[in-house]
Amino acid sequence: MSQVRVLVGTRKGAFLLTADGKRDKWEVSGPHFGGWEIYHMKGSPADPNRLYVSQSTGWFGQLIQRSSDGGKTWEPVGNKFVYEGTPGTHQWYDGTPHPWEFKRVWHLEPSLTDPDTVYAGVEDASLFRTADGGQSWQELPGLRGHGSGPRWQPGAGGMCLHTILLDPSDPARIFIAISAAGAFRTDDGGATWRPINQGLRSPYIPDPNADVGHCVHRIAMHRSRPNVLFMQKHWDVMRSDNAGDQWREVSGNLPTDFGFVIDVHAHEPETIYVVPIKSDSEHYPPEGKLRVYRSRTGGDEWEPLTKGLPQGDCYVDVLREAMAVDSLDSCGVYFGTTGGQVYASADAGDSWAPIVRDLPAVVSVEVQTLS
Amino acid sequence: MIRVVLPAHLRLLARVAGEVQVEVEGRATIASVLDAIEARYPMLCGTIRDHVTLKRRPFVRFFACEQDWSHESPDAPLPDAVASGAEPLLLVGAIAGG
Repeated sequence: MSQVRVLVGTRKGAFLLTADGKRDKWEVSGPHFGGWEIYHMKGSPADPNRLYVSQSTGWFGQLIQRSSDGGKTWEPVGNKFVYEGTPGTHQWYDGTPHPWEFKRVWHLEPSLTDPDTVYAGVEDASLFRTADGGQSWQELPGLRGHGSGPRWQPGAGGMCLHTILLDPSDPARIFIAISAAGAFRTDDGGATWRPINQGLRSPYIPDPNADVGHCVHRIAMHRSRPNVLFMQKHWDVMRSDNAGDQWREVSGNLPTDFGFVIDVHAHEPETIYVVPIKSDSEHYPPEGKLRVYRSRTGGDEWEPLTKGLPQGDCYVDVLREAMAVDSLDSCGVYFGTTGGQVYASADAGDSWAPIVRDLPAVVSVEVQTLS
Repeated sequence: MIRVVLPAHLRLLARVAGEVQVEVEGRATIASVLDAIEARYPMLCGTIRDHVTLKRRPFVRFFACEQDWSHESPDAPLPDAVASGAEPLLLVGAIAGG
């Protein structure tokens, strides 16, 4: 029988939530790495028992943990992330040049075909890769050095490379996103990169239509249509039908088009999910109502999903890594909150129930569908 | 033989309980003790000092014989009591954060 494993990263440790295909009874394992910030953990599509975890604290820095048995045991692997060559500078918050400095790993994206190959998105923004199961990491310097790097500037959360999408139809094509630089694409396996931000409009930067400088929060794709991308930007939900060459806004009737997460239904490429958040500075749900919005038309037309979610006095946030879907016949949707709840829907969002309510603030949620 | 007390998180990471003991060749210094610690417990590389610059991480402190050695040269000789094993070198995570 099918099984689902939800990988939850929090401010104070990692948790694994498992259930059978009905997804109504859950076992909770954790905290693993108690007291450490878990920005992200993800399993290898090529070997679901191979898990990778980004673990860090302000005291002791960055660690990478690896499991080869589905999270029963762990081993620390390489944690040396060194930029290639002379790192150079990006812009600091005040516009002055600031040296590139490694701070942490925000996102780990295992290869679709090789359990030992993993991409790491880091702050200050750059992309690293391991081909030996995490023992050693090498930068792909073509991204940071492609030309616009000296103009990148951190968002309030830091200058992080937070999204990595591997094209299932073309191993040489990778999409990434950086706050607050924008989205970028390589078509040659990471050697060369170019910004793909045409159509984005950001009134909070000097040139709202600039080629870089946009605060992209998250990008999602359906693996059957890797040229169609959906983006939750710092204001605006966007869509591209040509692999990011051009974007158009699909915010439609959302109550606010600010938010962090965005994801795509496992079997319906035009069904997408967001969680609208009030901003600029509040960062909690509008009206204290926690609502997932679903579009079955690839954007523009949205419906609120509220059944089982708190519809009053709710002031949690849902951070950019904290939504995922499973691939069971009835698509499961999951998201975590800064209030420590992880909500699950086994019916594509029609109804929701909390798996857990009282974890530390949730930073990331990933799901593995196991057979 | 040098006695070293690690912070709780690093003891868990290195899978040790209580003090650890390392041998150093030549004079006992912060640098030579950390070299020995990292050689025996490679998972601690980067957690106490930077991989490349070897600078102490900002929220880690080195205490010995009731003195703060954090700002001393990493090549300065540690007290005889630490070098002889009579007193431990304490690696301390700063009291900070939430």
